[in-house]
Amino acid sequence: MKSRFLPLLMTFLVFSAMYLFAYSQFNSFGSMRIVGNLLRDNAFWGIAAIGMTFVIISGGIDLSVGSVIAFTGVFCALMIDRNGWDPLATFTLMLCIGTAFGALMGVVIHYFKIPAFIVTLSGLFLARGMSYVLSTESIRIEHPFYEQISDLVYVFPDRGRFTFAAAMFLIVLVVGIFLAHYTRFGRNVYALGGNPDAALLLGVPVARTTIGVYALNSFLATFAGIVLSLSKQSGDSTIAVGLELDVISAVVIGGTLLTGGAGYVIGTFIAVMTLGTIQTYLTLDGSLTPWWIKIVTGFLLFAFVGLQRLLGSGWGIFGVKDSSANVPPERQPGIQSS
Amino acid sequence: MVMQGQDKTPLLEVRGLTKTFPSTVALAGVDFTLHRGDVHVLVGENGAGKSTLIKVITGVYQKDAGSIVLDGKSINPQSPKHAQDLGISTVYQEVNLIPTLSVAENIFLGRQPMRFGMIDMKTANRRAKQLLLDFGVDIDVTRNLSAYSVAIQQIVAVVRGVDLSAKVLILDEPTSSLDRPEVEMLFSVIQSLKQRGIGIILITHFLDQVYEIGDRITVLRNGHKVGEHQLSELSRVQLITEMLGKELSHENGVGKAKSNQVFANPFLSVKGFARRGEVEPFNLDIQPGEIVGLAGLLGSGRTEVAHLIFGIEQNDGGDAYVNGQPVKLSSPRKAIQQGFGLCPEDRKVEGIFAELSVRENIILALQAKMGWFNTLSRSKQDALADEMIKALSIATSSADKPIKELSGGNQQKVILARWLISNPDLLILDEPTRGIDVGAHAEIVQIIKKLAQQGKAMLIISSELAEVVDYSDRVVIMRDRKKVGELEGEDINETTIMKAIAAH
Repeated sequence: MKSRFLPLLMTFLVFSAMYLFAYSQFNSFGSMRIVGNLLRDNAFWGIAAIGMTFVIISGGIDLSVGSVIAFTGVFCALMIDRNGWDPLATFTLMLCIGTAFGALMGVVIHYFKIPAFIVTLSGLFLARGMSYVLSTESIRIEHPFYEQISDLVYVFPDRGRFTFAAAMFLIVLVVGIFLAHYTRFGRNVYALGGNPDAALLLGVPVARTTIGVYALNSFLATFAGIVLSLSKQSGDSTIAVGLELDVISAVVIGGTLLTGGAGYVIGTFIAVMTLGTIQTYLTLDGSLTPWWIKIVTGFLLFAFVGLQRLLGSGWGIFGVKDSSANVPPERQPGIQSS
Repeated sequence: MVMQGQDKTPLLEVRGLTKTFPSTVALAGVDFTLHRGDVHVLVGENGAGKSTLIKVITGVYQKDAGSIVLDGKSINPQSPKHAQDLGISTVYQEVNLIPTLSVAENIFLGRQPMRFGMIDMKTANRRAKQLLLDFGVDIDVTRNLSAYSVAIQQIVAVVRGVDLSAKVLILDEPTSSLDRPEVEMLFSVIQSLKQRGIGIILITHFLDQVYEIGDRITVLRNGHKVGEHQLSELSRVQLITEMLGKELSHENGVGKAKSNQVFANPFLSVKGFARRGEVEPFNLDIQPGEIVGLAGLLGSGRTEVAHLIFGIEQNDGGDAYVNGQPVKLSSPRKAIQQGFGLCPEDRKVEGIFAELSVRENIILALQAKMGWFNTLSRSKQDALADEMIKALSIATSSADKPIKELSGGNQQKVILARWLISNPDLLILDEPTRGIDVGAHAEIVQIIKKLAQQGKAMLIISSELAEVVDYSDRVVIMRDRKKVGELEGEDINETTIMKAIAAH
């Protein structure tokens, strides 16, 4: 067991503890019905969280995902329902627009050296504003394709339902893991987050990787918007406000280092399922308001950031600041020797 | 395929290399020749042009004139990546690898072995392990790079460079943060690189190491090549005179007249002051009204001594006494409370607040000393600033001008003024005359002498030997992070200082 897996282990332990607790209270947590629902209900933001994992590993941040999801929903509803476009053609076009949007933010971040926080904050306003411009009211989508997709369900013996959305979530998860660990793009993302200056000198294509990361994230946010559109069968410009913050929380609770360079896609998945489990538990319990999920998320976030700090600075196991963990402070660059 | 240094065609041949920047000529027709299997040391003081030369060879800068021939072919590197592809790799002092990736991933980043379209980490790990074993380093390559010491990290960087089929390996101050056993480990790696016929350019400030590992040496000064030697035929004194650009006079020269001051008890006295890896234990006394010069080559530990005394770095051995009372110099704040002041070496980075006015820059330290609630009235501020501008003849149209608009010499005077108004008993100046014009230079020297006459204890670091000789009552000589000597009164002249630096 390598120490760099420690945050991932923590994430998994938290999930197990939550799930076992929920199971002890409600036996239905042992059924495929709950598992199927967990995957279905959390699919759309889980997909976005997987994209965000790459962004944060690269040392960046993307605040625009909630808005992109909303825009996607409104755009699809408008095109398919009002303009009679073919859903698949609409999705393809929307994915292209989303990817280009992300790539553009990446270009601005890289070439104009503007902090990702600011660039994607403008992306947030831009995409949200655009979706209001398209429609201020919720548009219902009625199309045979949408009916077909919602009928596309595998039913478990205990009547648990494995839906299309759940399948998409798992596919994105597998592709995400592959991308992160078995491709040069993925390793370059880690390198970029670990030490951007060194990455440049080591020959990492920094521009291409940065732009690629934001393009990938917006692609997945758009895809998440499509998955949400399919399950809601509507488009609504007020949806997913502030979702980016939930997504970022899940990435951090999943053990990804906020400063970049380290993290796991699977960790994000487990964190999404953890938060989903708490949500489901609160719904089933009924005595507590569902807003408790926010409080729990807050606590978990705090605990994980604290853990990262501890690992990064004190124990020298994990993090970016690690060149300093081994090197006594006097050897840090910055104070010039005479 | 073992090639020896005797191979007649050079591996890398630089001819007439010239590089000009808007304000300076960084390299003026420099020649440099590297043979296979040689360790060629490149030395020079600040502004000599070493780093410009390296940056041109590695494609960071483009040359203005001259030629670079690698292995018989003329090359013109456009970027570090391009230089790397041509076979020139560089290992920097601050390791340029990714701390959060494994050792093996660092070695193979960007060129990972692929299998079925996927990165094949098994093969990468196996090959990384083998590459390191070839240099006698046996470590777990799947652990994060950050789990290892700087020496191992540098060796990993070397291994990566060499595996990229390097013909020329540039080591830029690789040993400056290493312990002795780590230096030996790195040197044994360098030895096996020589065996493979790789040409090594080594930049280092450590004279002992120059002689320990180097075959040839090129000395640069002010953008010119001033000498190239076989190290076995070059004495240390010769080397230092070349680096500093001074002639050794045979008769020991006329020393300065012994200052007729009678020194009272020392204001500051440190005994066995040290910090591991930075400065070896040293003793130093400074009397009120005395100017102590701190001489030595770049990297000899002068600035570190100043930082230890001013509490920027904490000593891990020894004691300090102010006026005979033991004190702890654990932070600049404590040092300031003891009546110390420090003008740092790099005034642009550490000294000035560029956007603030001359007046604000002058008032700053005094205000900090008084506390933020006990504010100076504006009229008091103006009076103080005006007084200082006059006393130090700072050339500024108004006290409200942003300091960044002043010349280097005048900025330096403002920093001096900042400390002077808080009336320190000990003033430490690190390279007070660097990068300022001749006129201002003379003025600063005058101010230094005047301050000593007023009874301030002065500790001054300078690379300008003539200047050190001019104002010092006593000169402390540093070499390789050690105090190696002290000269006083009549014994102080350029020759004695250089001899003391070279002695071993």
